[in-house]
Amino acid sequence: MVPLHYYLILAAILFIIGMIGVLVRRNFLTVLMSIELMLNAVNINFVAFAHYMDSINGRIYVFFIMTVAAAEAAIGLAILISTYRNTGTTFVDEISSLKG
Amino acid sequence: MLNLLFFYFAAVIVISALFVIIKRNAFHSAVALLVTLIHIAGIFVLLNAEFLAAVQILVYAGAILVMIIFVLMFLNVTQRYRMFNRQKFIAFLMGIILIGEVLYVITRSAIKGPKGDFTIAKILSEGNTQAIGRILYTDYLFPFEVASLILLVAMIGAIVLAKKEI
Repeated sequence: MVPLHYYLILAAILFIIGMIGVLVRRNFLTVLMSIELMLNAVNINFVAFAHYMDSINGRIYVFFIMTVAAAEAAIGLAILISTYRNTGTTFVDEISSLKG
Repeated sequence: MLNLLFFYFAAVIVISALFVIIKRNAFHSAVALLVTLIHIAGIFVLLNAEFLAAVQILVYAGAILVMIIFVLMFLNVTQRYRMFNRQKFIAFLMGIILIGEVLYVITRSAIKGPKGDFTIAKILSEGNTQAIGRILYTDYLFPFEVASLILLVAMIGAIVLAKKEI
């Protein structure tokens, strides 16, 4: 049986990879994919704790997180299409009209 | 055997997640993301959450990834561009510092807590999907309704945002 710490370390590494992806990439689509990576790291943590603590609440919360992730992906991609139509770019550092 | 499977899944998850953030072509990133999500479903199976593994493949690898690739085909993203932001060095540095801190805390902490009453034997005797469904429709009925409202808001919002003129 693998100890709980191994799952936590895996989730932490996955979360930090996603965070670096959000911070460094310029392409909006890759930023969205990195956010999905971070959400999946959280899911691994929830399921691992639910398994090792003999609880079922963690599994239910993963279900809700998947719902919110689906909604977030739909809204994010709609915003991406809308900004691409208005500005003609998909790079996050070129969408800076609010900066003045 | 289970240890070997865990290390296989973990290695593939980390390597393909790295490919997601270092590939220049966004389509390659999407395929690497698909590999990551399917192996996370394998991790769920190792943790006795078979229903969540099926939902993971259906929702993430099925719906979300198809939506991302669909939008990717709409947009004409050029291949020759600067990949990273200007803050890339400080972001990598912060990431390395943060992962060091988190690994230090995780490896030095003993995780204790009161155990619940859903042991593996009980879940297996009742059935994984049945156990989740029973709790979802009794204790978590109100959050379930709120989740359906979130999906409705997301649907209307996506239509309103992506439509050319309303």
